[in-house]
Amino acid sequence: MNEIEKLQAQALAEVESSPDLNQLDQIRINYLGKKGLLTQQLKQLGKLSAEERPKAGQVINLAKVAVQEAIELRKNALEEERLNEQINQGRLDITLPGRGGKRAGLHPITLTLQRIESLFQQIGFEVVEGPEVEDDYHNFEALNIPDHHPARAMHDTFYFPDGRLLRTHTSSVQIRIMQNDKPPFRFIAPGRVYRCDSDMTHTPMFHQVEGLIIDENVTFAELKGLLIEFLEIFFEKELEVRFRPSYFPFTEPSAEVDIMGERGWLEILGCGMVHPNVLNNVGIDPDKYTGLAFGIGVERMAMLYYGVDDLRSFFDNDLRFLKQFH
Amino acid sequence: MKFSENWLRELVNPPVDSEKLMHQLTMAGLEVDGNEPACAAFDGLVVAEVKSVEKHPDADKLHICQVDCGEKDLLTIVCGASNVREGLRTVLAKVGATLAGKPKLEAVALKGVTSYGMLCSVAEIGLGEANEGIIELSNTEITGKPLNEIINTDDNVIDVSLTPNRGDCLSLLGVAREVAVFNNIEFTEPKIEPVKVSSKAERKIKLTAKAECPHYVGRVIENIDANVNTPLWLSEKLRRSGIRSINVIVDITNFVMLELGQPMHAFDNDLLKGDIDVRFPGKNEQIKLLDESEHQLKSNTLLISDESGPLAMAGVMGGFESAVTTESKNIFLESAFFAPEAIIGQSRQYGLHTESSHRFERGVDSQLQQKAIERASELIFQLCGGQAGPVVEMTSQEGIPENPQVILRKNQINRVLGVELEEQFVTETFSKLEMQCKFKDNQWFIVAPSHRFDINIEVDLIEELARIYSYDAIQVASPANHLKMKSPNSAHLAVKQIREILINRDYQEVITYSFVEPEFNKLLNSNNNALVLANPIAPELSEMRSSLIVGLLNSLQYNIKRQQERIRLFETGLVFKGNEDLKQDYHVAAVMYGNIYEKQWDMANVSSGFYDLKKDVEVILFSLIDKASIEFKQSDSEILHPGQAVDVIIDGNEIGCFGQLHPKIAAKLDLKNDVYLFDLEVKYLSKKDVIKFKPISRFPSVKRDIAVVLDENIPLADVLSCVRNDATEALSNLELFDVYQGEGIEKEKKSLALGLTFQVTSSTLTDEEVETIMGNVLDGLHNKFGATLR
Repeated sequence: MNEIEKLQAQALAEVESSPDLNQLDQIRINYLGKKGLLTQQLKQLGKLSAEERPKAGQVINLAKVAVQEAIELRKNALEEERLNEQINQGRLDITLPGRGGKRAGLHPITLTLQRIESLFQQIGFEVVEGPEVEDDYHNFEALNIPDHHPARAMHDTFYFPDGRLLRTHTSSVQIRIMQNDKPPFRFIAPGRVYRCDSDMTHTPMFHQVEGLIIDENVTFAELKGLLIEFLEIFFEKELEVRFRPSYFPFTEPSAEVDIMGERGWLEILGCGMVHPNVLNNVGIDPDKYTGLAFGIGVERMAMLYYGVDDLRSFFDNDLRFLKQFH
Repeated sequence: MKFSENWLRELVNPPVDSEKLMHQLTMAGLEVDGNEPACAAFDGLVVAEVKSVEKHPDADKLHICQVDCGEKDLLTIVCGASNVREGLRTVLAKVGATLAGKPKLEAVALKGVTSYGMLCSVAEIGLGEANEGIIELSNTEITGKPLNEIINTDDNVIDVSLTPNRGDCLSLLGVAREVAVFNNIEFTEPKIEPVKVSSKAERKIKLTAKAECPHYVGRVIENIDANVNTPLWLSEKLRRSGIRSINVIVDITNFVMLELGQPMHAFDNDLLKGDIDVRFPGKNEQIKLLDESEHQLKSNTLLISDESGPLAMAGVMGGFESAVTTESKNIFLESAFFAPEAIIGQSRQYGLHTESSHRFERGVDSQLQQKAIERASELIFQLCGGQAGPVVEMTSQEGIPENPQVILRKNQINRVLGVELEEQFVTETFSKLEMQCKFKDNQWFIVAPSHRFDINIEVDLIEELARIYSYDAIQVASPANHLKMKSPNSAHLAVKQIREILINRDYQEVITYSFVEPEFNKLLNSNNNALVLANPIAPELSEMRSSLIVGLLNSLQYNIKRQQERIRLFETGLVFKGNEDLKQDYHVAAVMYGNIYEKQWDMANVSSGFYDLKKDVEVILFSLIDKASIEFKQSDSEILHPGQAVDVIIDGNEIGCFGQLHPKIAAKLDLKNDVYLFDLEVKYLSKKDVIKFKPISRFPSVKRDIAVVLDENIPLADVLSCVRNDATEALSNLELFDVYQGEGIEKEKKSLALGLTFQVTSSTLTDEEVETIMGNVLDGLHNKFGATLR
């Protein structure tokens, strides 16, 4: 075995046993660096004859290539080892909970209101609001419910000593909006309403969404189409819906809308064609315009949608109840 | 209104079963609220007469009776009822009879005497609750007649909830009319013929209040026997309509009211004095009513009177003194028409809601009075005998409502309903509804019958057409419309955005009542002139909230009581400030209680404090309005801790506050940990200017950190503004990154670590330039606050 072969064998053995990248680099310098052992051999080629020179040179170069390749291989192996180690050190219990603050939620009535609003906004309904402490005119008189009308008895109104009252429906908002603008109208009025009644199925405060379209040629057929579409999209299923004649002083014809539930028909909302007296009261010509109106009971919708069985739980504000809607 | 299905079917009998019939009623607008069997089935019950009664030799309370049940032999019956007596007609359950689901009746020996059946009480048959003794039948019932031939047990009580416009359906006749129309069949109106007048007795009538009572019909009937039992067929009809049997005369008037819809009243004629007058009360008139309640009559209350004074509250309830009893011999029957406006409000004013007032409020057919009085006379004749005097009628023609002619334009039907109805259908429908109808030039000229007082304008007719055509049959359409884009409602959007921010910062939304406990309201606003309800549902819900904080603290307490330790709540909604000059403003408010985070495995449990709250408020404000328009000022709010109280000022308007709940209030509410809260008015939170882009500097920035030591009472804001002043416009960012007190720092001093970043858009700043600025900054801090470099 000549010197070159010896050096090569020695270098390969050292590469093989090098423990880390630093030492490996040292080995590279020792053999292949400017002053490395194999590089030195090349410098001694000058001592050889011209015939011997190419052959000896080739031998040295082959040895250098072999060592270079071995170093590359070893380097890759060491790098992989180091990466694996790094990965192993970084292993966590990924089942531990995440860190930091969480997110709370909206009240289920707000969620329901937002859902109703967004559906009507899709087809151009504006969202409008009005005061909750109302006067008799906007809550009753202008809506074709004169003093002593039997319909007033249906309302169980909260009064203040001076005759003002808490609105019994958001229909009062339509009067304010129509007084201040010109048709066509297309809006919904969501909000709190109040009735002097409290038991298993009534709370003294609840929410309503009043909806109104006033335009030329608005029809009862459209009212039906609009509300059936709304109910089916809201509840995300096909529904058996019926419109049954009813009575509200501010609409005619008037209807109650029922949907078929697990235990029979459920009253879900009231609606109708805006009464000509109401249009006259706000200076709209009933021979030019017709209107449709509807009033949605938000709590009823929320109870059906979420399966809540006790109306009163909406206003207890028990976190154990509210957290279920996050 | 409740009624017996069988009774209805006596007037109109459509070929549909109960289920279908009730569906028809509901879809006609007479909503069926419920239904139940009229009574339990029974068999083997007959009318029987007690022939003799003897005391049981071995039992004090038992009687041995011989009873005639229409068979050859009398039956021996042992009976314990106290009202059993000779000659009594009652109901016998024979051996083998079945009663309300009980096993077949057998002959039993009671203390040695065998009873071959049982005399029954109403409760035992299932015809009522009363359990006092055995049933007492009218002597007109035929002995031996099976009970189920007199009353049909196979019957259904239907309860309809009527809307205020359909007063015409507050009678069997009214409901029958509707059923006839929907089934396209005829109904049988009860045949009413005037009774023979066989006495001259009469009582004159005067109508002082003509407008309120334009029609009054009266009749005296003499020599009646009011001491007879009401026959079962009649009392059962009343019972099934939810009306208690009182005495035969009252039962008859109630029967007529149910059948025809005309409330009536019967007076004991011997207790009346002089003419009848319908008038309003004078000063200090009182009345004791049938229910024995006594009332001072208000000047707006219509009353029936005679010479001696008030006899009845017109259309509401009769008087106690002049009431018919079983002893009455001569009676005066009243059948009147009162204008609804005269009766409306009376029942509520006195807290007296009666079958009569209910009907008069909603309207009674103005042409019905004569018919009703003849109907009642006929029944009285039949059951109590007597001689009828002439009918005395007073009418004030101008007060009798007359239905107007209403014109329906053909094109209006489609315009409102969105459906084309055939001419023939329209004409037929109106005539089925008993309306006078003429069609000419594409218009119908309609006059409604007197019982339909709800038909006054064109759309009333359109509604009738839709109802008869059926709402269900109207094809649906999509609303076609003029679409118009509108600017978004900025306040509405702001609320939505605030809600989103708050739930992302872990505040749970609550919704609390707008009326609160007055004491609580006062606690948070001592000089509050709150709006108080006249008729609250409870004292603790009687005052309109003047701050959202009341409801929030309430909910906080509620949840603390339920073992919640960390609570963050918010609410949005109107608050009510002032009284005559009421302001209803939309607010958002929140409370914070407990640790910053829920318990975590990798973080220390630190209580939330003022600065956590401040960040939440800042995030809301900075997202919604321009930072430059916001000012925080020391607040003197009475609900906040004086050392941790901030007013939020926007463009000079105080729009709310935040800070720690005043320890005094926290103690009153028994809150163990500190509570932090904010309250902002939303109106001011939606005016952010449009953002204008500023170019980013291409030149590198230079950073300098300094720590300065100064007096601990100097607010940071003063330090920062001093730095900004001296640092020129080259200062692009200034941040505080540490506040330190303790070792190495003198007492009552603090060290503030500030990071300054310099950058200009036109060039790279040189070290010398930055050093000059820094020198000025430090000089400034030293001169102003005595600050030294640490």
